[in-house]
Amino acid sequence: MLDISSHDVLIVGGGGAGLRAAIAVAETNPNLNIAVLSKVYPMRSHTVSAEGGAAGVIGPDDTLDEHAYDTISGGDWLPDQDAVEFFVKEAPEELLRMEHWGCPWNREPNGRVAVRPFGGMKKERTWFAADKTGFHMLHTLFQTSLKYNAVTRYDEFYATKLLADDGQVQGVVAIELASGKIQAISAKAVILTTGGCGRVFPFTTNAAIKTGDGMSLAYRAGAPLKDMEFVQYHPTGLPFTGILITEAARAEGGYMLNKDGYRYLQDYNLGKPQPQPVLRSMELGPRDRLSQAFVKEFEKGRTLKGPYGDVVHLDLRHLGEKKITTKLPFVRELCLKYENLDPVKELIPVRPVVHYMMGGVHTDTNGATPLKGLYAAGEVACVSINGANRLGSNSLTECLVFGAQCGRAAADFASTQRAPGRHLLAQAVDEETRLQDQFLRKAGGRERISEIREEMQRTMEQSAGIYRSRDSLEQAAGKLSELQERFRDIGLDDRGHAFNTELVAALELGSMVDVAESIIQCALHRTESRGAHQRTDFPARDDQKFLAHSVVTRTAEGTPAVNYLPVKITRWPPAERVYGK
Amino acid sequence: MAEQIALEVTRFSPERDKVPSIQAFDVPLRKEWVVLDALNYVKDRVDGSLSFRWSCRMGVCGSCGMMVNGEPKLTCATFLTDYAPGPVRVEPLKNFPVMRDLIVEITDFLGKLSKVKPWIIRAKKKPLSEGEYLQTPDELDTYRQFSMCINCLLCYAACPVYGLDPLFAGPAALALAQRYNMDSRDEGKSERLDILSQHDGIWGCTFVGECTEVCPKHVDPAGAIQQYKLTATQEWIRSLLMPWGGKS
Repeated sequence: MLDISSHDVLIVGGGGAGLRAAIAVAETNPNLNIAVLSKVYPMRSHTVSAEGGAAGVIGPDDTLDEHAYDTISGGDWLPDQDAVEFFVKEAPEELLRMEHWGCPWNREPNGRVAVRPFGGMKKERTWFAADKTGFHMLHTLFQTSLKYNAVTRYDEFYATKLLADDGQVQGVVAIELASGKIQAISAKAVILTTGGCGRVFPFTTNAAIKTGDGMSLAYRAGAPLKDMEFVQYHPTGLPFTGILITEAARAEGGYMLNKDGYRYLQDYNLGKPQPQPVLRSMELGPRDRLSQAFVKEFEKGRTLKGPYGDVVHLDLRHLGEKKITTKLPFVRELCLKYENLDPVKELIPVRPVVHYMMGGVHTDTNGATPLKGLYAAGEVACVSINGANRLGSNSLTECLVFGAQCGRAAADFASTQRAPGRHLLAQAVDEETRLQDQFLRKAGGRERISEIREEMQRTMEQSAGIYRSRDSLEQAAGKLSELQERFRDIGLDDRGHAFNTELVAALELGSMVDVAESIIQCALHRTESRGAHQRTDFPARDDQKFLAHSVVTRTAEGTPAVNYLPVKITRWPPAERVYGK
Repeated sequence: MAEQIALEVTRFSPERDKVPSIQAFDVPLRKEWVVLDALNYVKDRVDGSLSFRWSCRMGVCGSCGMMVNGEPKLTCATFLTDYAPGPVRVEPLKNFPVMRDLIVEITDFLGKLSKVKPWIIRAKKKPLSEGEYLQTPDELDTYRQFSMCINCLLCYAACPVYGLDPLFAGPAALALAQRYNMDSRDEGKSERLDILSQHDGIWGCTFVGECTEVCPKHVDPAGAIQQYKLTATQEWIRSLLMPWGGKS
C-alpha cells in the first residue's frame, strides 16, 4: 500500500537555494510544516563545489547600479532588468545574513568582510571564504537549518513526478532510495531547487548529480523552460576530470597563456595586458568571451596538444607561494592531487568546460512558475538575471536571494490554501505502475544506460558546444529523437528495491534527454549570436528579433515547442558589450 | 590489451543476502584513474547493479568514502596505480551498518551532528542593519581548520572508540562543535558542553588520533577532542568552585 504524507511547503533539492528557501518559509510563517526532499544528503549538494565567491555590493566606492550594469552587459542584454535590480538590492543583506549565521568569510585585518575582484565585474564585490565559498555556504546553511524543528527532511529520496490537480501542483511522487518504496508526498506549494544539468555534456565541472531532474519534472508537468540554449563554458577546467580551477585564480592575478607563452586574450578585444589584474579586462573578461577565445586560438594552431584534447596554460607562478596558499589553497590542493603539479612552480593545463545553465524553469521574480503552486530557485530556475551569460559569483548569491524570495512567496501562498486531498494517491499508484513496467518488471530491454548517456553527451558537445550551426543542431535533434526511442528499450541489471542506483541512473538519463532536446530546439530557433549562444551561420546579435527569451513547452506529443517572451528593459537600453576599456 | 588490475568489492543486498560477500572484477589500470573511476567502469560496462555513492569527484562533497585495502579513503582522491599490481579491495566504511554493497547507513551521524547544535548561538542577536560581526583574520584562524569538515565520515570508520561505543558523539561532530565554540561570534559553548558531558565518550578517546590521520581535509578532530576535554575539565572545576553560576 502506498503512503501519502503531507506538508505545507515541499522543497525538492537541498542545496544552497533549497536550504535558504526552507529557512525563509520557517521564518515567514512558523506554523508551516516544511519538507526538504533531496536525492542526496543536503551537504552533498553541488553548491559544495562552488569555489570563487558570492557577489554583493559592499565597498564605499561601489553602487547597486554598477552591479546591475555589469550583470546586464555580462548577460548580453538578455537579463530581465527588473529582476536584476531586485537581485543586486537584496544581495548584500543576504550575504550579511550568512555572516550572522556563521559563514567563515575572509576578513580584512580590521575584522570587516573582505571582497575580491571577479570576471566581468567593474568593482571588487565578491565575498569569499578562501576558494571554498560554496562549501562553506552550504555547510553554514545546512547546519543552521538543523535548528528549525518545522523542517522534515527526506534525505536520499528521488522525485519522479509532480502531483497536480486541475493544473495546480500539489506534491511529488518519490522513491525512498534505501528501501525502494514509492511514496506520495503532498504539499500546498512545491519549490524546485534541484540545480542544473551539466551532465548532459561529457566534459563538465558539474557533479554526477547534476542531471536536470527538476527541469524535467517541471517540463513534463507542463511548465515552460526558458533560455535553455545558453550553456556556460567555464574557461579553466582541468583536462580529463573537468575539475574547476576557480576564476578567483585569475582575479588574484593569474595569466592565460597560449603555447608560445603569450597572453592571447589581448587579440580578442579584451584589453591590453598589464602585470596586475584590471577589472573587466583581459583575464577578468566574461566567461563566454574567454571560452570563445580558446576556440579561436585552437583554430590558429596556438593551443597545446594534450592527452585529452587541446589546452592552454593558466600561469599562477608569479603570485608566489604565500598568496596561493592563503587565497587559493583549494586550487593548489586540486592541482597537486589530480594533475600532480604544483601551481607555485608549474603551469596549469586548462580548457573550457561546461559549467552552468543560464536557462531553466521559467519563473517571475518571486520564483513562481506559470503552474499554480510551483516555484523554482537557483540554477534549476531562470528568472532571468543571467541572460545569455552569467557572471562569476552571481550564482551563489542568486541561490540566496531567490531561494529566500521564493520561500517567502511559497509560504504566503501555502498559508491561503487547503490541504490537498488523498485522491492524489491514485496518481502515485499510476506512477508506481509506470516505474515497475518501464524498468523493474520489464522483460528484456536491450539498451544500456551508459551507452545512451555517452551518445547523448557526445552529441551535445559536437552540436551544441561553444559554437553551433543549423547543420550541427539539426543533426543533434535527429540523434536525440533516436535516443528517446532507444531509451524505451533500456534494460536494467538491477531489479532489486534497496538502493537501486541503476534505477536512479535510468531516471536521471530520462531527465537529461528531455533537457538536451530543449537545449537543441532553443538553440536551433535562435538564429543570432548572443553571449554563450554563438551561431557560426548567424554571427551577429539581432535585437530586432531576439531581444527575447526562448520559452519552450512540451507538446501533447512530447516534442518541444519554442516561443518568445520580450526582455524587460528598465534603465539600460541594449548597447555593445565593451571590455578592456 | 591494456594493463588490468583486480578490483575486489563488497556485494550485499538486504533482499537477497544474509551476509556480505566479495566479488572480483578486472578493470583497466589507467594512470589517471582513481578507485571511483574503476567502480564506475564496472557499473557502466560490466554490472549495473553495483551500488555506491559518489557525486563531485573533487574531494569536497564527502559522498564516496569507502575502505580501500583496509583504510578509510575518499575513492575519488585515491589513485588505482598506488595499489598496483593489485588486487585493490573496496569495502563499505567500517563501523557503520551496510545498506547495500558499498553504501552505509549514516543517519546516526546526522543525529549526533544536530545534537551538538552546530549553529551560531547568541543571547542577543545583532540586527542586520548594524552590519557584520567583526572578526579578525587571527580570530578566523582559530576555528577555520575545524570548519573544513566535509562529513565524509572517514574518521568514524577509523575511530576505535566509535567502533566499541556507538553512543560516542564521534570525531566529526565534536570537531564541528568546537568549530562553533571557537568562533568569536558564538556564545553557545556551555550549552554544547552540557550535551557532550552527558556521555562518557570523549574520555574514552586516546591520544592516538586515528581520526586526524585519515582526515582528507586536515581538520584534526583529535585536536578538537583534546581541546574539548580541557575545557570540560576547567568547567567542571569551575562548577565545583562556583556552583551558582560558573557556567554563565
